[in-house]
Amino acid sequence: MAAKTSASPAGRPFDRQAMLKEAGATGLVIFALAFGLLGFRTLDVPGGIDIQYRFGDVAAAVAIGIVGRIALILLRERRPLPVLLTAPPLAVVLLVVLLSKFLFGPETGAELMRFLPFESLVVMWAILIVIVVLGLRAARVHTHMTSVMTAEERDARMDRIGAKVQRAARLLGPLLLGIAVVFPFLPFADRRLLDIGILVVTYIMLGWGLNIVVGLAGLLDLGYVAFYAVGAYSFALLATGLDVSFWVALPFAGLMAATAGVLLGFPVLRLRGDYLAIVTLGFGEMIRIILLNWYEFTNGPDGISGIPRPSFFGLALFKRNVADGHAFHELFGLEFTPIHRIIFLFYLILALALVVNIFTMRIRKLPVGRAWEALREDETACRSLGINPRNTKLTAFGIGAMFGGFAGSFFATRQGFISPESFTFIESAVILAIVVLGGFGSQIGVVIAAILLIGLPEFFRELQQYRMLAFGMAMVLIMIWRPAGLLAHREPTIRLFGKGRAKEAEP
Amino acid sequence: MSAETAVAQGATSLDLAGPIPGGGEVRLTVEHLTMRFGGLVAIDDVSFQAADGRITAIIGPNGAGKTTVFNCLTGFYKPTVGRLALHHPKGEFLLERIEGFRTAQDAGVARTFQNIRLFPRMTVLENLIVAQHNKLMRASGYTVFGLLGLKRYREAEEKAVELARYWLDRTLLTKAADQEAGNLPYGDQRRLEVARAMCTEPVLLCLDEPAAGLNPRESQLLNQLLMFIRDEHKMGILLIEHDMSVVMGISDHIVVLDYGRKISDGTPEQVRSDPAVIRAYLGEDEDEEPVGETAAGQESAAREGDERDA
Ligand SMILES: Nc1ncnc2c1ncn2[C@@H]1O[C@H](COP(=O)(O)OP(=O)(O)OP(=O)(O)O)[C@@H](O)[C@H]1O
Ligand SMILES: [Mg+2]
Repeated sequence: MAAKTSASPAGRPFDRQAMLKEAGATGLVIFALAFGLLGFRTLDVPGGIDIQYRFGDVAAAVAIGIVGRIALILLRERRPLPVLLTAPPLAVVLLVVLLSKFLFGPETGAELMRFLPFESLVVMWAILIVIVVLGLRAARVHTHMTSVMTAEERDARMDRIGAKVQRAARLLGPLLLGIAVVFPFLPFADRRLLDIGILVVTYIMLGWGLNIVVGLAGLLDLGYVAFYAVGAYSFALLATGLDVSFWVALPFAGLMAATAGVLLGFPVLRLRGDYLAIVTLGFGEMIRIILLNWYEFTNGPDGISGIPRPSFFGLALFKRNVADGHAFHELFGLEFTPIHRIIFLFYLILALALVVNIFTMRIRKLPVGRAWEALREDETACRSLGINPRNTKLTAFGIGAMFGGFAGSFFATRQGFISPESFTFIESAVILAIVVLGGFGSQIGVVIAAILLIGLPEFFRELQQYRMLAFGMAMVLIMIWRPAGLLAHREPTIRLFGKGRAKEAEP
Repeated sequence: MSAETAVAQGATSLDLAGPIPGGGEVRLTVEHLTMRFGGLVAIDDVSFQAADGRITAIIGPNGAGKTTVFNCLTGFYKPTVGRLALHHPKGEFLLERIEGFRTAQDAGVARTFQNIRLFPRMTVLENLIVAQHNKLMRASGYTVFGLLGLKRYREAEEKAVELARYWLDRTLLTKAADQEAGNLPYGDQRRLEVARAMCTEPVLLCLDEPAAGLNPRESQLLNQLLMFIRDEHKMGILLIEHDMSVVMGISDHIVVLDYGRKISDGTPEQVRSDPAVIRAYLGEDEDEEPVGETAAGQESAAREGDERDA
């Protein structure tokens, strides 16, 4: 055998044994994970449940993990040649197999597909993407002899991208809004797509609401869903118990949620960071458990059903036959179709979300908004400037919660039925993930993240089972590469030298 | 404290009845200030006065309790014993009774920090606007008028920018106005912190080692700024400083602390020749020696001594 250690082109010694050790460790970790996750699958068979063993998949996962790890190590050690030589042919073969259905007809396609290590095409496409990325990076290493950008380079680049997107947001924002406004009337906008649209916009609204608390005021809130729940239940109880209409109950539900926000705010005033996150998480669970157990009031796990649908601003109802009053389709002389109500709901949530957005944009430029940001930066300095930290924090909690409450009301009226199950911690996590992924404080970032995290998995049903996995992975990557979020770029709220006056500042 | 001790210690002792060393109208009277942390006595029965339109330096070796005095004055600590009276145009404020942030809000005591505390990711201008929070908050009708975009708020904001611009010009930071504060050079950050404190429109300015870590040119700029604030704005300044050339150069009145006790109080000339001060700075075994021209040398000696202590 040749010497174990040979010098790499960059002059660094290269330890083959260490590489194999590292790859072996990766294999072990993947084995430990995959054995439980992939190795068994329960099948519904007549008369009970059966277990399907998929050890082939486990082996494939381990092999892919080891090979991928070796490729990464080679790149890190600046020896890109093996990767450069294997990645392109592998990618081409995989691509041909994946497209074989279209290239050679369905039969040959099916035949070829059987050679793929995983059944799921999504996973195979993902692997293809990884191979292509590795190949590109190998090429980059080969030509530049630098393995990766330094952290600063990457940061600077991401910042520039963030700044560009923010600037583009001035155009992109209205553009997206325009698309959203005409969306229900597009020819392909069927009921399913509209439902997805409503869901995405709901999460955008929640993301924007939470962004006030987390992005602006810097208060890490892991229990945001509590306010969503308070809003939904306030609305549902008012609407079913007291027969209050949507338009009256909505502000009241918001008020209740805001109160809950302030109540949560008081005990956590002195807490920061991790501690705050833990207490808010607990608060979220507390609310859910109260809803679950206060049977007389909330109907416990059975939830509340028969929540009235919103009327057309109190003028007309979305029903085929209305005994007293008007029906929407009669009012406008249209054919009755249930899609009218869906379209109305879409516009309703769009309007609510826009209110949150405009509110946030405006309040950022007001003293409270600036005080929130200042508080995020340095609370001690704020106190030395005479800013009342208590009131400032409580307004952030209260206003963020209020918007959560509005969204909750909407949720209740759209579903017609709510139960504590809809308000689990995972919802808080998803909303927070949207904010974090989009970039703390970035309005357009929330939109993009919501579309990515909510819209895509809803649309591609097959992706849905990988949603949580993708979530987790995205979060880990973001935390490593860009802790402030993808599009975190802060625009100043006020400038001394406006666009036109900028030259004056040049020396 | 009795009259006899005052007489015994001569001109450099506390004499609250008489005029303040260095002259001027009384702005702050500190009486019997004591601060204990458990068993540790950080400040031990310290009394002094500070005047309007004068620079009162508080000096002393590391750990003498200087920052703790500031923390008591600005509501960050509640003193164990003591009366801290601020003679404000609106009346007298007892600072020891005022809740933290209200010291700045109502009594008009502004401060800077030993380790700079700016809002690093906000721009320089935003830092100065945040400092005018309470005024703007009222003008924005506690956000309501502001949300409606009323003229009243926009005018108030323009005025706030004007004030910020004034202090930007004075601190030579105008060109950096739209930059992130955290990206400024160190010396600029120090001056920005002073500018931010001045934007709260205080009656008393407390600066905790503003010249620490500055190069000679930056230090010079800072001195000019402080003298400008004193002379043009008739502002009383409390200044904690280690750099003797700065202290002797610009202060009108010096209070010396050591191990939490006041050991000297007087004009720079009086303090410079006070045996107690020389002892504290040079150690017990040194003979009396006028500080005078050798101030810089003694300062470095004092620093070395400090490091030994720490
Ligand atoms: N919050 C606190 N808890 C306990 N001890 C404290 C606290 N704050 C200050 N001290 C102690 O009080 C003493 C005086 O500290 P202080 O920071 O006032 O010194 P200083 O004169 O500002 O020194 P330096 O020149 O190093 O800034 C020190 O012994 C310090 O350890
Ligand atoms: Mg100090």
